[in-house]
Amino acid sequence: MKLDAKIPEGPLEQKWTKYKSSVPLVNPANKRNLNIIVVGTGLAGASAAATLAEMGYQVSAFCFQDSPRRAHSIAAQGGINAAKNYQNDGDSVHRLFYDTIKGGDYRSREGNVHRLAEVSTNIIDQCVAQGVPFAREYGGTLSNRSFGGTQVQRTFYAAGQTGQQLLLGAYSALERQVGLGNVKMYARHEMVEVVKIDGKARGIIARNLVSGKLERYFGHAVLLCTGGYGNVFYLSTNAMGSNVTAAWKAHKAGALFGNPCFTQIHPTCIPVSGHYQSKLTLMSESLRNDGRIWVPKKQGDTRHPNDIPEEERDYYLERRYPAFGNLVPRDIASRAAKERCDAGYGVGPSKMAVYLDFKYNMMNKYGRAEATKHGIANPDDETLLRLGKDIIKEKYGNLFDMYKQITAEDPYEVPMRIYPAVHYTMGGLWVDYELQTTVPGLYALGEANFSDHGANRLGASALMQGLADGYFVIPYTIGNYLSKEIHTKPIPTDHEAFEEAEKRANERISGFLKIKGTRTVESYHRELGLIMWDKCGMARNEKGLKEAIEQIRALREDFYKNVRVPGSDSGFNPELDKAGRVADFLELGELMCLDALAREESCGGHFREEFQTEEGEAMRDDDKFLSVFAWENKGNNDYELHREDLNYENIKIQQRSYK
Amino acid sequence: MGVLSFVFSSSLGRKLVMAVTGISLIAFLLVHCAINATVFFNDGGETFNIAAEFMGHNWLIRTAEIGLFAGLLWHIIQGIWLTLDNQKRRKSKYGANPGSANSKWYSRSMGLLGSIILIFLVMHLKHFWVVSRFGMPHELGHLEYASGEHLENLYVEMVNVFQNPVAVIVYVLGCIGLGYHLLHGFSSAFQTLGINHKSYTPMIQSVGVAFSIIVPLIFAIIPVAFHLGLIK
Amino acid sequence: MGNTMNINLKVWRQQNENAQGHFEEHKVQASPDMSFLEMFDVLNEQLIEDGKDPIAFDHDCREGICGMCSMVINGRPHGPKGGVTTCQLHMRSFKDGDTVVVEPWRANAFPVIKDLSVNRSAFDRIISSGGYVSVNTGNAVDANSVLIPKDVADTAFQAATCIGCGACVSACKNASAMLFVGAKVTQLSMLPQGQPERESRVVAMVDQMDAEGFGACTNTGACAAECPKEIPLSVIANLNREYYKAKLNGK
Repeated sequence: MKLDAKIPEGPLEQKWTKYKSSVPLVNPANKRNLNIIVVGTGLAGASAAATLAEMGYQVSAFCFQDSPRRAHSIAAQGGINAAKNYQNDGDSVHRLFYDTIKGGDYRSREGNVHRLAEVSTNIIDQCVAQGVPFAREYGGTLSNRSFGGTQVQRTFYAAGQTGQQLLLGAYSALERQVGLGNVKMYARHEMVEVVKIDGKARGIIARNLVSGKLERYFGHAVLLCTGGYGNVFYLSTNAMGSNVTAAWKAHKAGALFGNPCFTQIHPTCIPVSGHYQSKLTLMSESLRNDGRIWVPKKQGDTRHPNDIPEEERDYYLERRYPAFGNLVPRDIASRAAKERCDAGYGVGPSKMAVYLDFKYNMMNKYGRAEATKHGIANPDDETLLRLGKDIIKEKYGNLFDMYKQITAEDPYEVPMRIYPAVHYTMGGLWVDYELQTTVPGLYALGEANFSDHGANRLGASALMQGLADGYFVIPYTIGNYLSKEIHTKPIPTDHEAFEEAEKRANERISGFLKIKGTRTVESYHRELGLIMWDKCGMARNEKGLKEAIEQIRALREDFYKNVRVPGSDSGFNPELDKAGRVADFLELGELMCLDALAREESCGGHFREEFQTEEGEAMRDDDKFLSVFAWENKGNNDYELHREDLNYENIKIQQRSYK
Repeated sequence: MGVLSFVFSSSLGRKLVMAVTGISLIAFLLVHCAINATVFFNDGGETFNIAAEFMGHNWLIRTAEIGLFAGLLWHIIQGIWLTLDNQKRRKSKYGANPGSANSKWYSRSMGLLGSIILIFLVMHLKHFWVVSRFGMPHELGHLEYASGEHLENLYVEMVNVFQNPVAVIVYVLGCIGLGYHLLHGFSSAFQTLGINHKSYTPMIQSVGVAFSIIVPLIFAIIPVAFHLGLIK
Repeated sequence: MGNTMNINLKVWRQQNENAQGHFEEHKVQASPDMSFLEMFDVLNEQLIEDGKDPIAFDHDCREGICGMCSMVINGRPHGPKGGVTTCQLHMRSFKDGDTVVVEPWRANAFPVIKDLSVNRSAFDRIISSGGYVSVNTGNAVDANSVLIPKDVADTAFQAATCIGCGACVSACKNASAMLFVGAKVTQLSMLPQGQPERESRVVAMVDQMDAEGFGACTNTGACAAECPKEIPLSVIANLNREYYKAKLNGK
């Protein structure tokens, strides 16, 4: 199979503009006769469904949650990037493009990323017009902050709830179209099959999670906006329901899976506290604007953090990366934390944590500024702390509250304890420039696709990509496909392809119920997560990956013999829903390990211990691996690797350095 | 009427009725309380009877009285309807229901408090309003004061009524009911009207609390004072 | 840390919307650092292993922002702690040996799906009736071309933090949705972008709210007291004011 990314010809800056002005259009009368299925209602799905409906298409939108507003985009905290250069600090479309490519360790496409940077500015405009209450300065202009891997302030935010505000904006646009009758919304529905007719995606089988019934839906095109698969690790910052099922069914129906092993481990999460733990909670990267990360200089130091004097603290990020300091990209910060903890410098009861300390900036950055503002000469430390605390509270109040809630420790008084956790998956369904998978008519948007972040995503770029895909990319690119479909009449869902797909789904679901074994679905998920975290997590090696593959295969075999799924397939049965999702994770996990094994280099979030510099930095092998790995599912857990070579015409590839 | 039809059709419209009629009743209470308080002059009811005479025969007051009665009726009917309708919104009741954890008991019991006030009111109107306006069931005595004025003696009626300890108890209970009803109703009316401001709302609330204590207290002292013979 | 606590649970079980529900008693061993939902995970694992029907409950993000979790705990939505959702409630808020009563949101407008899961689609329909700014993608002007005073943006933001969980409805003795509607109306009526539809929006949303079968507000304040995002009662005053203004303008 030859993978064609369909990047438009011409200079980088003009590719998207030229594409837009030459892509075939669908006239308004024809749009009304074209049905589009959108699966998932996060930032990508809600924005796509709303925009396509505004344009006149007939849209059906699906989500497994009880309302489209609950998609996990809602939990994004820190912010959204855009090359507005409102701070006059030298930002530009090109710089955002460059930062993103470099941040992704040179494993993403120039054309896609440049387009992303170009439309980033429109996103902010659109969101503000919807009434998204971004943070503002006293003069009424929008406020910005910094995020990792950049040296400009280009991140727009709404306290620590940016994802919530953006999603509610997209959700309200979606609900507006529901009210106007242009979108049919199906909540508590899970996609379980893609229906293909004559090689094209023509619909889905969705399971009504309340009634348990399988339902058939036709669409001229199907958009998967179903997020990432971080929950393969069991413990992650993803929502409990986040799953790979829709993407995996698409993969099994012929869509290639791109770079599955590229996983982002976020450096600042609340550490695990017990075996019962069901998820990990992120503390936004924005905290690294004002928090300094450190461990004691002495191994196994058990003193209270406030009792450890300044000179006995190791601010290891500032020491190792003076240019970026605490704001190095996520992969680097995570690995550095792991390195310190593995070396015996970790803190807290588990010794698998480092400190994120706000006291210095509370006093010296904000406290001092406030003191000057209030005309307090020679303020003492207590005054500085008190003044600074108010500012910190305004910026991060909700995060501090959340931390206190979970750990019962007050981060205004004691440094936060943090440790890396699985957060995002750069990998996903392989798509071309038009966001189309290798199945015609089947598209993947947002985190569900593999496209824009290479081997590591920069902070505040996930929201940007999700909304870029939904608001500004798919509305154009889908025209290229649908303009050729205007003569296709809606296919009745009693077509044999629908029959067969429904039968497949039905057999699989009743299969789970028939096993009647002894182990819970949750226990398999937890075990899979441990294997993945130990052997395909922050650091990987050949031996571990090979073991993991064997272990996963054995676990999967055991699952189909011994799992116990209670209840029946009619009515509301969350355990059955979970069984289907875990079954798919048990297949995906193996593919991730295969991918990690095949990529014999380190890049971004993919760190193969065999390939590192003397200083412990990731060592890429551009001669062999300057390419996307796209895996084809041959059935029976057999995969074939295809490669899409990446061409860098505008950026000089370098060793990534943040020193 | 088209513009105002929402006061019958929407939940917020009906709420507006409760607030507007409630505030006019509050205004009435203030006047009523001020007039009653004149008995504390202990002048044998002279000031009181002059005021009562004015209230009973001034055509403007009599007209307003019709409005007040209409408002009172609307407040009662709407209140009963609201209470019953709201009760139907949760068919399946909670097994555990510690209401005091998130709200005041009297704010949740406006229907009950209103009913207590209503019972009291029926008795109260029979005692005073009916006799003063319609001269039934018996003719009031007339008095001639030093000033030469010749008035109906509602004051004497008060002295008579409050000889009965049952009446005194009912009156005091009615006033307590009124106090709690006001404690919620006063600030609630302003909230309903959309008057909520970080500087003014605390003030409204304080005035509301003061009003809800002072006015019913004055009302309640009168029957007690008559009964104990502190006022003659 | 590490010590276990014994909790006696009285949980509401209801097979489906039309079935008769009842309380069922369970004993669970919990750790003080567990979240309330993690305790339910432990219980459900037990139930499945014992061949019983696990308890259905809604949950997703488990970090207090998606608004999916919805348990009335000892008669209080999201439990005894103020300002948190059920998923952020930890067992350290309870004592060893406590009996804890757990029920679904109860309101006619939120029919029970199963056990502790309810259907809150009424909220979506209220938003769909007018809780938006009608601006198609591509119509926006530069984000900084409309200046918004910081305090206005902050107040609008505070109202916009509503997670749509429905705790307000479940806490209200009248099952009223005024706090939810008030939050959205306040957010959009404060911002310049919300002005063109200011009057039609509030009228449409209140009409839909009434049609969904929520009760009327009697200003008890229980909603704001139980709101996990601490949306203030003033949003209801705003809603009232916006509505009357719109109505008196003939909308």
